[in-house]
Amino acid sequence: MSSGLYSTESKDFDKTLDLKKVKPYGDTMNDGKVQMSFTLPVPIGDEGIEAAKQLMRKMGFENPLVVYYEQLTEGFTFFSGYGSCTHTVDYTAIHVPKVESTKWDMHQTDEFIKEHIGRPIVVVGASTGTDAHTVGIDAIMNMKGYAGHYGLERYEMIEALNMGSQVPNEDLIAKALELNADAILVSQTVTQKDVHIKNMVNLIEILEAEGIRHKMIVACGGPRVTHELAKELGYDAGFGMNTYADDVASFIAQELDKRING
Amino acid sequence: MQKSKLGLDFTKVNRARSMAKSIADDVKRFSDKYTSVAVERTLCRLLGVDGVDANDVPLPNVVVDSIKEKSALGQGAVFFLGNAVVETGLSPQQIAEKIASNKLDITQLPTHTREEVTDALQPYIDYSIERIKNNRARREKYIETIGEGPMPYLYVIVATGNIYEDVIQAQAAARQGADIIAVIRTTGQSLLDYVPYGATTEGFGGTYATQENFRIMRKALDEVGEEVGRYIRLCNYCSGLCMPEIAAMGALEGLDVMLNDALYGILFRDINMQRTLIDQYFSRVINGFAGIIINTGEDNYLTTADAVEEAHTVLASDLINEQMALTAGLPEEQMGLGHAFEMDPDLENGFLLELAQAQMTREIFPKAPLKYMPPTKFMTGNIFKGHIQDALFNAVSIWTKQGLQLLGMLTEAVHTPLMQDRFLSIENAKYVFNNMRNIGDEVEYKKGGIIRNRAKEVLDKATNLLEKLEKEGLFTALEKGIFADIKRPKNGGKGLDGVSEKAEGYLNPFIKLMKS
Repeated sequence: MSSGLYSTESKDFDKTLDLKKVKPYGDTMNDGKVQMSFTLPVPIGDEGIEAAKQLMRKMGFENPLVVYYEQLTEGFTFFSGYGSCTHTVDYTAIHVPKVESTKWDMHQTDEFIKEHIGRPIVVVGASTGTDAHTVGIDAIMNMKGYAGHYGLERYEMIEALNMGSQVPNEDLIAKALELNADAILVSQTVTQKDVHIKNMVNLIEILEAEGIRHKMIVACGGPRVTHELAKELGYDAGFGMNTYADDVASFIAQELDKRING
Repeated sequence: MQKSKLGLDFTKVNRARSMAKSIADDVKRFSDKYTSVAVERTLCRLLGVDGVDANDVPLPNVVVDSIKEKSALGQGAVFFLGNAVVETGLSPQQIAEKIASNKLDITQLPTHTREEVTDALQPYIDYSIERIKNNRARREKYIETIGEGPMPYLYVIVATGNIYEDVIQAQAAARQGADIIAVIRTTGQSLLDYVPYGATTEGFGGTYATQENFRIMRKALDEVGEEVGRYIRLCNYCSGLCMPEIAAMGALEGLDVMLNDALYGILFRDINMQRTLIDQYFSRVINGFAGIIINTGEDNYLTTADAVEEAHTVLASDLINEQMALTAGLPEEQMGLGHAFEMDPDLENGFLLELAQAQMTREIFPKAPLKYMPPTKFMTGNIFKGHIQDALFNAVSIWTKQGLQLLGMLTEAVHTPLMQDRFLSIENAKYVFNNMRNIGDEVEYKKGGIIRNRAKEVLDKATNLLEKLEKEGLFTALEKGIFADIKRPKNGGKGLDGVSEKAEGYLNPFIKLMKS
C-alpha cells in the first residue's frame, strides 16, 4: 500500500499526447490514472485487499492501490482504489451517431417554424408503460423547463401536450392521432432489467402494425437513452443526459421541415 | 404561547389550521357516504379472508367482485359475509373458498338481522383486533427493551425486486446504522386493483408488497435489531388502488411506517380523487390504531413545481393532511408529514431558504415526526457533488430536528442504491448529525433577516391559499392544478368504477373499534 507520501515512482513513459493511443490523464500525460470503488463479497482483511488488487490488475491497471476499505456487513468489503490503466483507445477512429440538427434557442426555433412550417407544430409526450417518473418529460415539455432551458409548452409555435406518467403506449398513440400530432416524445427513466427497451420497442411495433409509423416523428429520451440506441430501436432520435428542450425542439422543427419541404 | 425562533405568527398558524380543518371535514362528509372495492376487500382481510383461487386471484377480490357483480357493493362485504356465516356456520375464509369454486352466492342467501350478523362475526373481528394490538405491544416492548436510534431516524430503501435479496441489503443497512428500512414497491403496483400473494422474487425497480413479503422482512429486521441492539422499523407503501388493504396487511404483520397519502396518488399516479380519499380514510383509521407512522408525499410537489415559488403549497397540503389524519383518529405523534430539500443548488442562499422552511415546518408541527426528503430533482450523476448536496440536506435536518430522514444517495439519478451507496450515505448522515448535534439549540435567527422573512412569506402564502381552498373545496383545487402544477378531473383517473354509495344497513364494525 502507499505510504501516503508524494509519489516518487519514475515516470519513464512517453509523455506526448497521441490521439491514436489515448489513456486516462491524472496529472501527467499518459499516466493512465483511474479512480475506482467497488465492493467484493469477501470478509475484510489482508486477503480481501489482495483480492481487490489482483482484480484491478486483471482489469488492466498497473500499480493498483487500495486507498480505503471498510466492511459493509459481514462478508462484504468496500474498496476505494487507484491504478494506472494500461489500455488505450484510438480516438481518431471513433464514430458516434448523433442527432443531425443544429441546436437553436427557443426564439430561433419559433422563427424557423413560422418561416418554414407556417403553423404551430403539435407535440405529444409521455412517460410510458409502468414508469412513474415525470421528471424527464416535465423537463422537456413543461413551461418552466429545466436548468434555464424553457420547455416546449413555452414555445409560441409548438402546441405541446404532456400526458404525464404511466401512460400506456396505446393511449399515447391514440392521443397523437386525435391531435394530428407531428411528433411523439417518449420518456423512460426506470431502466432496471431493461424494462425501458421493451417498452420503447413495443411503441414502435404498434405504430408499424397500424401502418402509421411514417406519419409522425418519434423521439425518445431519458438518462440511459442514447441516439444510437434510439436509432437501433426504430426511433428518429434519442436524447440522453445533458440535452434539453432546445435540443428536442430544434430537431423536431428541422426534421419536419425536411419531411414537408424536402 | 409557543415560542418561535422564526418569529412566526401563531395566530396566523391557528387560522390556517382551522381552515384546513374545514377543508378536511368537507372531505370526510363526502367519504362517509361511500365505500370502495378496496375498502370492502380490506374488511374481508380483517375478517380472515386470505389466499388465492386457482387462477391466482386473491380471495378478497373474489368475494368483493362477486358482490359487485350483483350491484350490491353498497350493502358491504361485512353484511354478506356475516350473513353467510350465520346461514352456513362456515368461517369467512371457508365461505370465500366456496365463492371461488362457484359453490355459493352470498348475495342470494336468506337475510338475518344486523345483530345476528355482527354477533356471528365477533370472533373474527376480535381476532384481527387482538393481533394488531399485539403487534403494537411487540413494537413498544422492543423499544423499551432493546431501544431505538435517536431522531432523525435514518431511513433507507431497498429495491432489488427479490425479497430474499432485500433481506440481505436491509440487514446490512441496519448494521451500518439505518433505523428504518423501506422496501420500495415494484413500479406499477400502485395501479393494481389487487394485492399479489406470497413471497416474490421478480420486480422492476422494487419488490411487490405482499403479506408474505412483509412477514419475511419483519422477521429479518427483528433478528438484526436484536443483534445491533436497536429496534429497526419496517416501512412500506399503502398508497394507490389498494391503500386500505395494504394498511390492514401491514397492521397484521407489524409494520411501523407507511406511505399513506391520497393526494400523492391523485397527482402522481392519476388515481381518481374520490376513490382514493374514500380509501384513505379507512387506511388512516387502521394505521392510527396500529401505531404506524404515516408518511405524506408533499415533498414530491417540489419535484414538478418550483421549490422556491411553490413552497407554500407544501405547507398548505401538510396542514390539510394533518387534519385528514386527525379525523381518522391518527395522532400527531404518528404523522410523518412530508417536505423536502429541493431547491436548485445554483440558487444564491438556497441553503438559508431550505433552513427557513424546515424550521418553519418543525415549529408548525411540533409533535409530528416530520419526513424530510433529500434532493432528487437536481441530482445529476455527478456523485461527488451529489454527496455534498446530501450533506447540506443532513445539516438542515439535524439543525431543525426533523423526524424521519430519508437518506439521499450519491447515486440518485443513476441507479437504485447499491450496498456501498447506502453505506456512504449512512456514514455521511452520522458524521453530520454527530458533528452538528446541538447546533439548533445554539443558533438564533436574525430579526428581519433572510431566514425569518422566508418563513413568514411561506406561511402568508399558505394561509392565502387555504382561504381560497376553503371556499372551493379540495376537489376543485385538485381540478385547478393548485398542487404540483398538476390538474386532475374529479371523475377522471383510475379506480372510480370501484366506488359505490353506502346502502341502508351498511356495516363497518372496525371503524368504531379502531377509533375508540
